[in-house]
Amino acid sequence: MRKATNEVVRVPGAAIPGILAPTIFMLGLTSVFGKLTLLPGFATDEYMTFILPVSLMQGAGFTGAATGVNLARDIELGWFDRLILAPPPRWVLLTGTVLSASLRALMPITVLLIVGFAFGVNFPGVGGLALAVLLSCAFAATAASWGVMLALRFKTQSAAPLMQAGIFMAVLFTASYAPLELLTGWLHDVAEINPVTQIIDAVRQGFIGNVTWGDTLPGLAALAGLLGLLYGLALRGLHRVGA
Amino acid sequence: MSGLAADLRVIAALGRRAVNQAFRRPQFLAPIVVFPTLFLAVNTGGAGRAIDLPSFPHVHGFLDFQLAGSMVQSTMLAGVSAGISLALDIEIGFIDRLIAAPVRRSVIVLGRLVATMVLGALSALWFLTVGLIFGAHIQGGVPGFLLVVLLVALCAAAFGSVGAALALKSGKASVVQGIFPLVFVVLFLSSAYFPRDLLLQPAETIAQWNPMSFIAEGIREPIAFGMDTGHTLKALLGIGIVGAIGAALSSWALRARLRSG
Repeated sequence: MRKATNEVVRVPGAAIPGILAPTIFMLGLTSVFGKLTLLPGFATDEYMTFILPVSLMQGAGFTGAATGVNLARDIELGWFDRLILAPPPRWVLLTGTVLSASLRALMPITVLLIVGFAFGVNFPGVGGLALAVLLSCAFAATAASWGVMLALRFKTQSAAPLMQAGIFMAVLFTASYAPLELLTGWLHDVAEINPVTQIIDAVRQGFIGNVTWGDTLPGLAALAGLLGLLYGLALRGLHRVGA
Repeated sequence: MSGLAADLRVIAALGRRAVNQAFRRPQFLAPIVVFPTLFLAVNTGGAGRAIDLPSFPHVHGFLDFQLAGSMVQSTMLAGVSAGISLALDIEIGFIDRLIAAPVRRSVIVLGRLVATMVLGALSALWFLTVGLIFGAHIQGGVPGFLLVVLLVALCAAAFGSVGAALALKSGKASVVQGIFPLVFVVLFLSSAYFPRDLLLQPAETIAQWNPMSFIAEGIREPIAFGMDTGHTLKALLGIGIVGAIGAALSSWALRARLRSG
């Protein structure tokens, strides 16, 4: 875990895209689609308040996926072969890697929140803010499990676009741009069954209204299910190495 | 004449190499095709009801309106990818060997630009095909279709020249890669994704002067509204501005690189 977080200190430039991209998207999407709030049925009249939770998930997700890219690089360089021979059990190695993604995700989350509040995003209350940060960090761990699973499968950094595209689709094929009832065509159907919609709703609730168990529990359940599934698949991949 | 023929042969060979490189490495193709396509899908489904806004121009569907933005995004990213590839060639010493070879120096950059133009044309064909499959209408018909492919190909070459300038100046792929986020800044501050007068400030004001708005609107016109000479000329002007800046910077960076050895 320390090794993975040390990368932030040793290569600070590598963390910039993970922070910069979601921030640019948040500001850019607000400039472009800000007037969507004029549509009847839109949940808030401030588009940035609506899109900030999506950017938090995006920042956390891309930070998590980067863990997979880093692991693929370690595999290519042969460092991973040495790591796998170390005495700790493999689930410990995986847990450390995945948790480091949660920690590193605090960087984009902090920057996004500061920029968002500076531009007038509603303060969600201490409880709403804590919930949003906690869920985003846990989503980073989920994305890291996804990245690790692919890195162990493909063993090359060339799989990076697949890791990023998976997160891109998971986060944006939801009620990301507009409330579910305002989505059109296939995206409405996909968003309805995409578990990440529940997670985004749970992160978003404090920003656009009150925090309730009714919105929190489905998000927690969806996140636990996704994390459990992807962590399990990553662990299976790790156990297969050298078997 | 034989000199020109030799130059053309080298440009074709370098162009073919660059196109093959893009198809062999998913890292280069993903930003040109995969991400703009996903973005198109999300924009269309997520903001599709925008056409119900009172001042939104009358279009057949939001997909028709969005296609141009995705194509411009794709060409800008193709330009960055071209720059990254060129920088990688510098890093591995391939460009040094080309410089030592008996070929005109400008041909080295032109080969890369021709490849970017081909990728731009393929990107236009991809997005128009996807659009037609998912119900978009091309109001300009076959001439409109061909005009869009031509404008997108030229646009890709123009952005490729900017990417080449960055690669030649820095010689490092990581530096060129660093401008990926800037592509989105330029796009979000233009009318690539939404009508100018529906953007929030300051994007609305900046979009009035952003050459990207002229390019996107010129590509959009044959798809969403029909053929219009004025918009086509404005798009060509926008492409010309970007291309002229890219060509001047590339030429300056190449000379500086040759001087420094």
